[in-house]
Amino acid sequence: MTSVENVFRTHEGAQEMRPRSEISAKEILREVGSVLRMSEAEVAKLGQMPADADEDQTMIINMGPQHPSTHGVLRLMLELQGEKVLRCKPIIGYLHTGMEKTGEELTYMQGGTNVTRMDYLSPLNNELVFSMAVEKLLGIENDIPERAVWMRMLLSELNRMSSHLLFLASNGMDLGAVSMMLYGWREREEVLRFFQKVTGLRMNHNFIRPGGVAADLPPGWRDDVLTILEMLPGRLAEYDILMTDQPIWRERLQGVGVITADEALALGTSGPILRSTGVAWDLRRDQPYLHYDEVEFDVIVGSYGDAFDRYAIRINEIRESIRIVHQVLDAMPLGDYRIQNKKVTPPPRARIDESMEALIHHFKIFTEGFKVPEGEVYVAIESPRGEIGCYIVSDGGPKPYRIHMRAPSFVNIQALPHMMRGGLVADAVAVISSIDPVLGEVDR
Amino acid sequence: MSDLEVTPEAQPQLHGCPLSDSRGQTVVHPTRAQYVALMKKLLDDGYVMCSDLTATDYLTHSGRTLPEGIEAERFEIVVNLTAIASRDRIRIRVQVPESDPIIASLFDLWPGTEAMEREVFDMFGLSFDGHPDLTRILMPEDWDGHPLRKDYSIGRIPVQFKGSNS
Amino acid sequence: MGVVRNVLDDGLGGLEHNFVTGRIEDLVKWSRSRSSWGATFGLACCAIEMMGTGGPHYDIARFGMEVFRASPRQADIIIVAGRVSQKMAPVLRQVYDQMMEPKWVISMGVCASSGGMFNNYAILQGVDQIVPVDVYAPGCPPTPETLIHAIETLHQQIEDGEIMRRRAKSGAGANIHITEIPAQTSPVSVSLGRPATSWTSS
Repeated sequence: MTSVENVFRTHEGAQEMRPRSEISAKEILREVGSVLRMSEAEVAKLGQMPADADEDQTMIINMGPQHPSTHGVLRLMLELQGEKVLRCKPIIGYLHTGMEKTGEELTYMQGGTNVTRMDYLSPLNNELVFSMAVEKLLGIENDIPERAVWMRMLLSELNRMSSHLLFLASNGMDLGAVSMMLYGWREREEVLRFFQKVTGLRMNHNFIRPGGVAADLPPGWRDDVLTILEMLPGRLAEYDILMTDQPIWRERLQGVGVITADEALALGTSGPILRSTGVAWDLRRDQPYLHYDEVEFDVIVGSYGDAFDRYAIRINEIRESIRIVHQVLDAMPLGDYRIQNKKVTPPPRARIDESMEALIHHFKIFTEGFKVPEGEVYVAIESPRGEIGCYIVSDGGPKPYRIHMRAPSFVNIQALPHMMRGGLVADAVAVISSIDPVLGEVDR
Repeated sequence: MSDLEVTPEAQPQLHGCPLSDSRGQTVVHPTRAQYVALMKKLLDDGYVMCSDLTATDYLTHSGRTLPEGIEAERFEIVVNLTAIASRDRIRIRVQVPESDPIIASLFDLWPGTEAMEREVFDMFGLSFDGHPDLTRILMPEDWDGHPLRKDYSIGRIPVQFKGSNS
Repeated sequence: MGVVRNVLDDGLGGLEHNFVTGRIEDLVKWSRSRSSWGATFGLACCAIEMMGTGGPHYDIARFGMEVFRASPRQADIIIVAGRVSQKMAPVLRQVYDQMMEPKWVISMGVCASSGGMFNNYAILQGVDQIVPVDVYAPGCPPTPETLIHAIETLHQQIEDGEIMRRRAKSGAGANIHITEIPAQTSPVSVSLGRPATSWTSS
């Protein structure tokens, strides 16, 4: 039917990795993964550095974008000497959706549907940061009802748990523990079933909206959450036996993908990657939002900056999230689930039949959208992958003038060349998995 | 609503560049010439992490408030820095004219800005002087135009569906 | 097929003859539908739901599809799960061309079927612009039930031979649109619209 000659082969030209003779020294240093620069005196002291092999002894190979273990459509070009990785260049853009441009065409009420599909493993966190940015622009960030704030915390922490469970599943599968994939999905389904009950959808909920949340918690939610919280610790203990204490797992992850604190900060990484190097930076504790300053939890920090630390941080963050959700359950107050500001939130459906004013407000909010005062704001929260930020510029209209999401995976992927240097190709898979990128937010 | 915090005596300044306040966040407005020197001083002040580097095209929104002495241009580079030790954030906004869309790169100060600057180049067409590899990052290599500019249409195809606006 | 009516009661002892006859074509179609392997083409959020369908709750292993082969040479069905961007379109076509005949395409999710909510410069408005699609599964993302319904519809078509007949005529995809099944908390029973071919008919 179709012959191979008719296939349009994709060439990304200058975006791909080129031989060393064709690129600048600065770019070679970047692809080799050198992050920090030494002073001249230090360079002089080092003397002659061993050089990499010649071009005719190395091979540039391509991994992806369609590949079983690149966590989505990440394309990596690696320069290998045998099995050893010398240079690495990630090429992204295979999932570019134009979400920032689409965001300029959607009202603030609709913006959540767009933003939630960026990091599709923790959609509620995207919606949360977007809603918080809009609320800051509106000036209502301190008027959100208590119940709405605690509901947001509950959903955000459950989302963190489901995202980390998926990390355990995919990390296991990438390293060969295929049964972990099935176990991780088994737990994740429980959390997704709770989300379906509360928000109506398993994924991409559009539930956290500017002004609060879209609907109240359904009756019986407390029992559902307690079922999840009671089931998880036992299962996590099983995974500790299966993976954490297992010699093969340790051999594959310890010492792989090492990064130091200075390098991590210089590259702008955040989340488990930064915490694995020893820097105790968690936005929930250091720049608290919602009511994180009223709950007790520990910030898990590693010491070696390797892939095993990042795995251990994430499995323990699930335990910390369980702790937080228990406290949220105790603290959940009664009250409104969204702010009662007529200009921002639509009226309850029943009132539309009674009041003309309610009908007009409903109509205006859903067709034209509510107007947001002029200005610009940047709000950041801690998503399972790191610092996710939302930068909105408003020109006074009902749609954002510019919306930009600072995606943690986009910045974390820059750490790949440094982490892969000197390792084997098999370790490359472990490194990508330990960074836990989500290509939806990388490419937006 | 004016975000400006100007005392009648002297304009608040940081390292020689005017300051303003945006919903409680300190914003510094250097000129392109002052940009790198200011960033270096901020890095020494403790802002070790460059959280975000992006740009905005103000083609259709000319009436924004800026401190005195700052000329509004079409493009604006926005950098958000974070200080780990003092748990502080700061924002820097630099005006970049359309006629000369070049600005210095922050790659030597924060290597993590490499991908962010490439994205700004791809989406807005602003060039970064000193960047190691300024190529497109999100669009295909042979793509024409810079999508996030205001004069670039969203590229919607007409859909026969009553009530859709996308 | 030979006389096998006692097999249900007596197992192999119920066979009245030592030979069972049938058409090879039926056997081939039956085995094609029962062990089709998917090519991994998970792109975005739909890929997560596809993985969920492979997980223990929804389990497409009972339909023979738990194996997702990364190599297109070994795959039968390509489930395009997610939004296809400008950069990814040639890659999709290349992978599709590398698959061996017979091959089928399921377009999973609204972004793959029509561009979805992203009607803009960056997303291909439907993968049927570059590959012939056999089944369209709507949803954003389609629930695992919807995906299983799509897969089983395709399997039914493969087993009946309809799809191969249509393909031989026009070369185009089968263009079957299925309805979305919203997420449920209890198992869903779905009728595929045609009774299964009986073993005792000729």
